[in-house]
Amino acid sequence: MAAVTIPYKLQLRREARSEYVFRFMTMAAALLVLAILAGVLLALLYGGWPALRTFRFGFLTSTIWNPVTDQFGALAPLYGTVITSLLALLLAVPLAFGIAIFLTETCPMWLRSPISTCIELLAAVPSIVFGIWGLFVLAPVLQHTVQPWLIDTLGDAPIIGKLFRGPPYGIGLLTAGFVLAVMVLPFITSVMREVFLSTPSSLKEAAYGLGATQWEVIWDVVLPNARAGVVGGIMLGLGRALGETMAVTFVVGNAHRISGSLLAPGTTISASIANEFTEAVGKLYTSSLIALGLLLFLLTFIIIASARLLLLRLEARGAHV
Amino acid sequence: MSGNLRRRRITAAVALGASGLATLLGLAVLAAILWTLFSRGLSGLSLPVFTQSTPAPGSSGGLINAIYGSIVMTMLGLAIGAPIGILAATYLSEYGRGHRISTVIRFINDVLLSAPSIVIGLFVYTLVVLSMGHFSAIAGAISLGIIVIPVTVRTAEDMLRLIPSSLRQASAGLGAQPWRTITSVVYPAARSGLLTGVLLALARISGETAPLLFTALNNQFWSANLNQPMANLPVVIFQFATSPYKNWQSLAWTGALLITLFVLVLSIIARLISNLFGAGESRIE
Repeated sequence: MAAVTIPYKLQLRREARSEYVFRFMTMAAALLVLAILAGVLLALLYGGWPALRTFRFGFLTSTIWNPVTDQFGALAPLYGTVITSLLALLLAVPLAFGIAIFLTETCPMWLRSPISTCIELLAAVPSIVFGIWGLFVLAPVLQHTVQPWLIDTLGDAPIIGKLFRGPPYGIGLLTAGFVLAVMVLPFITSVMREVFLSTPSSLKEAAYGLGATQWEVIWDVVLPNARAGVVGGIMLGLGRALGETMAVTFVVGNAHRISGSLLAPGTTISASIANEFTEAVGKLYTSSLIALGLLLFLLTFIIIASARLLLLRLEARGAHV
Repeated sequence: MSGNLRRRRITAAVALGASGLATLLGLAVLAAILWTLFSRGLSGLSLPVFTQSTPAPGSSGGLINAIYGSIVMTMLGLAIGAPIGILAATYLSEYGRGHRISTVIRFINDVLLSAPSIVIGLFVYTLVVLSMGHFSAIAGAISLGIIVIPVTVRTAEDMLRLIPSSLRQASAGLGAQPWRTITSVVYPAARSGLLTGVLLALARISGETAPLLFTALNNQFWSANLNQPMANLPVVIFQFATSPYKNWQSLAWTGALLITLFVLVLSIIARLISNLFGAGESRIE
């Protein structure tokens, strides 16, 4: 054996040196995670600086997006990003709540695992596939059924009627909201399911013992107990929806304007970047798109960080989220 | 009193029925997407798809250059990101356990996990593409690698933590340095879990489009040069699906079917491995 011929002390020293190198490597890799975050922030700041310096606060408040006159404002994509994401939550949260309730309370045991696997596979479907499906399948369906119905029933309603006027294009903010809803559904469902499962069974049993129905146990015991987790899950979904790019790019219509109607085409921050970045000519145009990216990063960072902080507290309590 | 009870029971039945309907709706959407993919993608699936490069509008062709580019860039991305991710997870679970910096890194990693991938694309654009002066496959691979890191860190740390500390103590008792314990005892014990993490990361980047749009760009022709723009399935699907040409759209559906099948099969395999070896439940975040 070769190892025997190496003097014992030398071998010890080698082991110690390897230990030092290995420990350093793991530490460097761990610090790289922090470096990536800082790097992303600095790179976006550097790239977006010319636009931010030129337009200052006007970048946030202007709706003008004109490559010809080199005028750029972020308000229209910002509006589209927020509106589509909120629409997505409006549609996905009740659905996710229902699915999580079904999976933790009413579903027969043998069906739970297959169904939750299927829902989670929805999260594995690449976003480009949601996009192509949204454009060729969902948009025409919405155009011919949901949108005319919305225009007929809600178009003349006071206040909210404005949101449902204009021709049914098929593509637009509403369709983007639908596609996003499907995409964030598995994420919200998964978090909700985990926090519902973490409800102490003694609490539920006590409520049943008092004569509560199954629904009352869910609504008055499980849900209040899981409140923080539910909010965390919803915000995690919101963070996803805000940053989602490809699926939205397909169906949002890519029009830099704010029209009152949800049926009209609009744009989002990520869709603008995806669509225009490689075609952008001129320093200010490129820089404005990078500044949009910075805006998106800050927005999602705040949302996701708060969501994680909420969920962190639960993880300490033993929930597996 | 009995009327009240009946009302409560009806409320319960309606609400629970609605939750069942919500589940059906969720499953129906998955079924609808898969059905569309198969019905539109399968018809275009033929041998030329795997032997010819992407065509000009109106002429026939395949996707081989895009498939090749996707394989090269995802593998490179995995080669860049997975070792870094596993090393970082090693620090979090072995050396840095209990340190405050580990809590911070874990938190930042979780944030990066959900960060928009298009922002990573912009980052690599300013860092790599601008300094190289042109789009390239290597820039695409780097942006995929950056997306791999947080996914691997999260899963690998969970898996390493599952290894009982008695194993580590036994190894330390034999006089092994921590690095030898980790590489010879902990890693082999966590092998299936680490593999699951890497497979999940591969599934995640296989369909990523946004970070490739302005790093690897696209290439209509066959190219094996890492220093040049390279075709890849997601960007080709994007370009072809939004074009008005019928043959391009048909190829886009076929490409979408290929990617989805690959990703779903990977996810299911990852799940099976983690179930078989009891490595805990794999998570989707």
